[in-house]
Amino acid sequence: MDARSYDPPDRPMKPAHERFAALPANAANWCAVWRRNYLVWRKLALASMFGNLADPMIYLFGLGFGLGLMVGRVDGVSYIAFLAAGTVASSVMMSASFESMYSGFSRMHVQRTWEAIMHTPLTLGDIVLGEIVWSASKSVLSGVAILLVAGALGYAQFPSTLVVLPVIALAGLAFASLAMIVTALAPSYDFFMFYQTLALTPMLLLSGVFFPVSQLPAAARFATELLPLTHAVDLIRPAMLGRPIDDAALHVAVLVFYSIVPFLISAVLLRRRMMR
Amino acid sequence: MTEAAIEFHRVKKHYGGKVVVDDLSFDVRAGECFGLLGPNGAGKTTTLRMLLGIAAPDAGSIRLCGEPIPARARHARTRVGVVPQFDNLDPDFTVRENLLVFGRYFGLSTGATRALVPSLLEFARLEHKADARVSELSGGMKRRLTLARALVNDPDVLVMDEPTTGLDPQARHLIWERLRSLLSRGKTILLTTHFMEEAERLCDRLCVIEEGRKIAEGAPKELIAAEIGCDVIEAYGADPFALRDELAPLAVRTEISGETLFCYVNDPQAVLARLKQRDDLRYLHRPANLEDVFLRLTGRDMQE
Repeated sequence: MDARSYDPPDRPMKPAHERFAALPANAANWCAVWRRNYLVWRKLALASMFGNLADPMIYLFGLGFGLGLMVGRVDGVSYIAFLAAGTVASSVMMSASFESMYSGFSRMHVQRTWEAIMHTPLTLGDIVLGEIVWSASKSVLSGVAILLVAGALGYAQFPSTLVVLPVIALAGLAFASLAMIVTALAPSYDFFMFYQTLALTPMLLLSGVFFPVSQLPAAARFATELLPLTHAVDLIRPAMLGRPIDDAALHVAVLVFYSIVPFLISAVLLRRRMMR
Repeated sequence: MTEAAIEFHRVKKHYGGKVVVDDLSFDVRAGECFGLLGPNGAGKTTTLRMLLGIAAPDAGSIRLCGEPIPARARHARTRVGVVPQFDNLDPDFTVRENLLVFGRYFGLSTGATRALVPSLLEFARLEHKADARVSELSGGMKRRLTLARALVNDPDVLVMDEPTTGLDPQARHLIWERLRSLLSRGKTILLTTHFMEEAERLCDRLCVIEEGRKIAEGAPKELIAAEIGCDVIEAYGADPFALRDELAPLAVRTEISGETLFCYVNDPQAVLARLKQRDDLRYLHRPANLEDVFLRLTGRDMQE
């Protein structure tokens, strides 16, 4: 079969409906996608929660008590109290990212669930938004569970810790949106290893989760200011320790930026992938 | 019922430098079954994707249920049911849950969909499987569940991409029977297929496409009469070229595809008498069908 060549007509600008096909059609459609994921999760909730919590708990107690013996007090509190906020923030990051990547990829590529939904009145944008909010929801669950454990052990000061709840939700949206870009580009599951190694692990180590960012050289300190996890930690730690939050508006603004811009980028990438 | 449910007007689509759909025009009237016929890679699936507003055409215009596509695709899709070529049922849900969740995408409340489920399951002959997991279903059952799912919004138009590909004959016949019953209820069906028998049985009209171009259009019987208009004798088992030299004088026309010689004949008895003398051959005398039309138009087999 020979391919006949064909010159596409000039299209300096795509018509509006094409640009918007990747955006949510309205404020409610995404709920059906969220609900679908929730109904599946509900079937395996216990196993899923255990998997989500085991890892951060091991870090919290293993490093908190073990390493805590050697390092003594950090920032004026015990090491485990310092680490608790970092564990909340990093578990939100991991849980939102993994849901957007591995589970999102399964639904998009392997099970063709997105394709089925695109045959209904929902748009691709509705699907992407539903998926991101779902990933954020799962990360809220992880973050809150650790918060409760930390609170029960006296490492979270009430009522100031309540501020952490909306911060967790916002950080969940930011990490879910970022990971959705990776999903949009992924040819297979193997691709996610790059993001884990090149983005998630460095963020985990450089954003003030395990030690204060002030320990880093000045240049590195500047770089960490660009990472969303740094800002999540800077909001969550003072709230859990019952201290005033410095530069709260800046931290929130950065997380809002990381929620919205990657969402739009991923929507455009996914339109190219799914709607060509 | 002459209002067009689907209009394709001079639609073009290319990927990279390759033209996939080339100046394709056709109309599907409300209430009819229309077939897009062609070998794999002819552009059938791309045509359906453009119809649903999932791929944008490079040129031309499309209307579905009166709505311009892709501008108002999501509005048009409220009145359309889709049976895709590849199974995309939700493996995490039971049969019933698949229907309930899908209703939500059309804005139906769970209660409203729940009320529909018994009739949908009955239609799909899956009453006894309501609580089975999708992985427990046979290929035919999965396809029937996909069909039931496509009916959850009581659509006017059904779009089906190779609805019986990969099914065994029994499962295929059951799907055909179900589609007939939908047509009798006034639904419009657009289907793609590379099965001649499927197209001949179901379609009121069809359009044969090859490499994205329409090469014939009409009612199956009219196309067969116009393009072939006589009986066919197929013979195979020996060198088809030598056989052609022997039989060509007795036939209106001959065609070779693979190891088979096709003789288009007004007087079948003369050819059959010759063939009876040969015990190295197997042969079949039959009326002409759409496969012959395709072979005539392209010189190739439809099924690759």
